[in-house]
Amino acid sequence: MLIGKAGEIRSSEITPRDVYFSRRKFLAGGVGLAVGAGALRAAAKLEGLGKSPFSTTEKLTPYDAVTTYNNFYEFGSGKDQPARFAKNFQTVPWTVSVEGHAQKPRTFDLDSILALAPIEERIYRMRCVEGWSMVIPWAGYPLSTLLKQVEPLSKARYVAFQSYYNSKQMPQARFSGIPFPYVEGLRMDEAMHPLTLLCVGLYGERLPNQNGAPVRIVVPWKYGFKSIKSIAKIKLVEKEPPITWNLANPREYGFYSNVNPKVDHPRWSQAKERRIGEFFKRDTLLFNGYGDSVSSLYAGMDLKKYY
Amino acid sequence: MIAHPLGNTGARARSDGAKAMALAKTVVWILALVPAAVLIWKGFRQELGPNPIEYITHATGDWTLRLLLITLAISPLRKILRFPQLIRFRRLLGLFAFFYGFLHFLTYILLDQFLDFPAMLQDIGKRPFITAGFTSFLLLLPLAATSTAGWIRRLGGKRWQQLHRAIYLSAALGVLHYYWLVKSDIRMPVFYGAILAALLSARLLLRRAPAK
Ligand code: HEM
Repeated sequence: MLIGKAGEIRSSEITPRDVYFSRRKFLAGGVGLAVGAGALRAAAKLEGLGKSPFSTTEKLTPYDAVTTYNNFYEFGSGKDQPARFAKNFQTVPWTVSVEGHAQKPRTFDLDSILALAPIEERIYRMRCVEGWSMVIPWAGYPLSTLLKQVEPLSKARYVAFQSYYNSKQMPQARFSGIPFPYVEGLRMDEAMHPLTLLCVGLYGERLPNQNGAPVRIVVPWKYGFKSIKSIAKIKLVEKEPPITWNLANPREYGFYSNVNPKVDHPRWSQAKERRIGEFFKRDTLLFNGYGDSVSSLYAGMDLKKYY
Repeated sequence: MIAHPLGNTGARARSDGAKAMALAKTVVWILALVPAAVLIWKGFRQELGPNPIEYITHATGDWTLRLLLITLAISPLRKILRFPQLIRFRRLLGLFAFFYGFLHFLTYILLDQFLDFPAMLQDIGKRPFITAGFTSFLLLLPLAATSTAGWIRRLGGKRWQQLHRAIYLSAALGVLHYYWLVKSDIRMPVFYGAILAALLSARLLLRRAPAK
């Protein structure tokens, strides 16, 4: 009966997402009253998402895996911990300050971020430095849209990001063994690249806390840790900014951290990956398969040296 | 209970003792198999999480190390608790540590690497954490193989004991393996390392004290 309603929903392929959407719409249809409080607790929906030519058609990683298998060290170093410990993470009110070398530095509240541009669905591969991967239907718009708002100056050669950090809200953080607040960075051309997403949702709803609510970035050709979560501050800077994992362990994590099967991490071979939900490993692709779009950014660079 | 056919109280006490020991051994067997049973149960119910192979690797690795440390705790405990019979569980527990180590190794070879031998050899040579784990496992092999009464006789008690001290090295390499594989949260490997250090110190401190 539940599934019967799915006809009027979206695309026709049978994916976990369709089942998911059908349930969401069903609840939204006013029949939701009959359903337990647990289901109603679900995150706010994002309506009318546009499609994107950048989306892959690969099979989606199920919603449950995307939202229960996370690296978000502010909420604990175990994969299952963010889903448990981020439950009550307060993301309202939320602001993101965009500052540094900009003509019009400015602080955005979340509503203005949500209203800045049409939000589209971007189905990206996500490759973790630990050797596993997922396919996730993110929702957002290019980061460049936000950055252009503040009119970057020519001195702005890099973009430094900083996550929100509050040890009261994140009591697990101090056991994680890395410094906080979490910081990340991109070169300006990487940040302005159309694939680089300012992300506010996944699976057609606003970001669950454990996935980096309420706003994060997604850089699909780099290892997952480059895609910083729960962003509080963005700064346009002149020099290459520090990044957390490099501070924690410089030998193992570099500033660029482009997905590259030929450059091994000292602890893991990066030649292969296990797609979550699959049994056999698959070959890892250079730039996570986005080489056509991004390899020109690194023309002439020694990718082993700039790992 | 049924009277013992010999009706002699001394013999009955002995046979009661033997029964208690048999019962205790059965309990240890069952307890030691619980983690494996839980894994199989969860596997059937698809409750091993989004990355089942990682889950199995971690569970079997954890139990290898825990059982190694429990095995090492027997000797000091029997002295501290003045409970010499404990020693009769040591070999069994050690073999169970090997059993989980073997499952851990099989998980790696079959499920993680899927018999990709060149990749595994590279791993063993290149990744210190795998090198340590592999060495730890190799050290357990001769211990498991010589765990029988026949081998104790053949080697002589003294030499057998010396050989079996390798279990300390194996446990230390197991801790190192764990320490090297975590990314930044070192609490668990440090915890196991502290237990190992405490057990080693207890061994040195109690060396002269005979088991009563
Ligand atoms: C036979 C050679 C061995 C290999 C190839 C091996 C391989 C591995 C691998 C691949 C992992 C997972 C790493 C990760 O998730 O990043 C792991 C975890 C682990 N292994 Fe081993 N291992 C071996 C032997 C051992 C031995 C002998 C012990 C115990 C003394 C041990 C204890 C552990 C522990 C405690 C963990 C971590 C479990 C956790 O995170 O909860 N391993 N091992």
